[in-house]
Amino acid sequence: MSDTQENKGFLAKHGVLERSPTLLLVASLVVVSIGGIVEIAPLFYLENTIEEVEGVRPYSPLELAGRDIYVREGCYVCHSQMIRPMRDEVERYGHYSLAAESMYDHPFQWGSKRTGPDLARVGGKYSDAWHIDHMTDPQSVVPESIMPGYGYLLDVEVNAEYAADVVATHRVVGVPYTDEMIEAAESDVLAQIDPYSDSYDDLLERYPGAQVRNFDGAPGVSEMDALVAYLQMLGTTVDFSTFTPDASR
Amino acid sequence: MSSEHKDIDEVTGTDTTGHDWDGIKELNNPLPRWWLYTLYMCIVWAVAYSIAYPAWPMISGATKGLLGYSTRGEVAADIARFEEANAEISAQLAAADLNTLSENEELMRYATSAGAAVFRTNCSTCHGSGAAGAKGYPNLLDDDWLWGGDFENISYTVRHGIRNEDDWDARYSEMTAFDEILTNDEIDAVVQHVRSISNQEHDATLAEAGATIFYDNCAACHADDGTGSRDLGAPNLTDAIWLYGGDADTLEETVRYARFGVMPNWGTRLTEAEIQAVTAYVHQLGGGE
Repeated sequence: MSDTQENKGFLAKHGVLERSPTLLLVASLVVVSIGGIVEIAPLFYLENTIEEVEGVRPYSPLELAGRDIYVREGCYVCHSQMIRPMRDEVERYGHYSLAAESMYDHPFQWGSKRTGPDLARVGGKYSDAWHIDHMTDPQSVVPESIMPGYGYLLDVEVNAEYAADVVATHRVVGVPYTDEMIEAAESDVLAQIDPYSDSYDDLLERYPGAQVRNFDGAPGVSEMDALVAYLQMLGTTVDFSTFTPDASR
Repeated sequence: MSSEHKDIDEVTGTDTTGHDWDGIKELNNPLPRWWLYTLYMCIVWAVAYSIAYPAWPMISGATKGLLGYSTRGEVAADIARFEEANAEISAQLAAADLNTLSENEELMRYATSAGAAVFRTNCSTCHGSGAAGAKGYPNLLDDDWLWGGDFENISYTVRHGIRNEDDWDARYSEMTAFDEILTNDEIDAVVQHVRSISNQEHDATLAEAGATIFYDNCAACHADDGTGSRDLGAPNLTDAIWLYGGDADTLEETVRYARFGVMPNWGTRLTEAEIQAVTAYVHQLGGGE
């Protein structure tokens, strides 16, 4: 057999790989990584996959807390945040999602399975009271819903003490929070549920378009406040009356 | 390949690969032709596909493909196709006077079916899929309107919403929370008065005492007789239709902490024709004036 290998040049040398498990493993990894390099690596440098969109901003500390609750409660198991570029989705949910709209999401909340509706543009679509009624007892407003209730969010306070840590952690993974934002994180959590606070203007300067009001109408920052603040800003940062995505992308 | 080492297996008469494991040899049967040609066709197809469609990553962008396909282009074309198909009748609807809409049977049919679709997509979440509403979200089937039920008023409410922060023209009024203004006894009395004017079981003595309190505190918006005011969105308290509930406990909660129902403004989300359509749809549900 060794005779025949010598006779047939390079292509016949596979016997060498097949007889050494270590070499076979290394060679397999090389082959598999070529797929990754060709398909994934270009996404990080190709201009047409990195679309700059005006208006997208990092989450405010309260929204970030709401987002953590969203992830903790597993909302993503039933709700996606990705309106696909198809007519039926655009008609129902609004403009299809842009990659840039999730640029500060760690982790992103896209998905391909929906038990409930997509939430990528739920911001401003319903009133705060509706969100709270719906979260407390979904069937009271949507009788055919199979969503479970999350009324206990009204009773749990958000611990603003950790807001700065959460914001700082997001900076580590690349969200451009400034030192000032980290410093003000704790007070921003409280300021976002109080439209009459002194830091109202500062908060809106740091996080343009943030919804500032006492969402659940009760004193203190409940987890419901945080979650509703997050839901009410979803998909609202890009102004599609002035921004037209490049159709050729 | 095998020409160099013809090593024919005796039993089958087939060439072997030359691989030999303890005397066991591997037959070298050729691949079935149909399979081989299918593989070649797939390779050709893949190459052609990557030329026709966006595929290969280059320095600054991927190849665009000869067909010029893009997902965004496709969805835009798809939407444009339907808009164009409906363009004429939509323009007609956008310009139509809803008060005379029923005279034009075709347009009326279009408006109500398009309006039903808009309603199910956007409005049913609060007002219910059958428009019967829920606690705190008005029933649109009955004759009781908070802000008015003619075409003009429905259209205005859809466009600007109620008590939202996003539209300066949103309908606005705010009930006072009487928790710290009235005493507990006064609140009990006024609740009984409201139950008496709505013909429900009540404590007559308390209700009588509540009449003055009602006149002093509530009548400015709800009118002296409790029939409300559409200019202020103040509900009629004399009928059997309740937005939050007409039982004593709910009434007490309403008096103490007030209500502040919010409806988003749909003028920025819906087109002119869609607003007209959903207005026509809601109007013909039963309560339209």
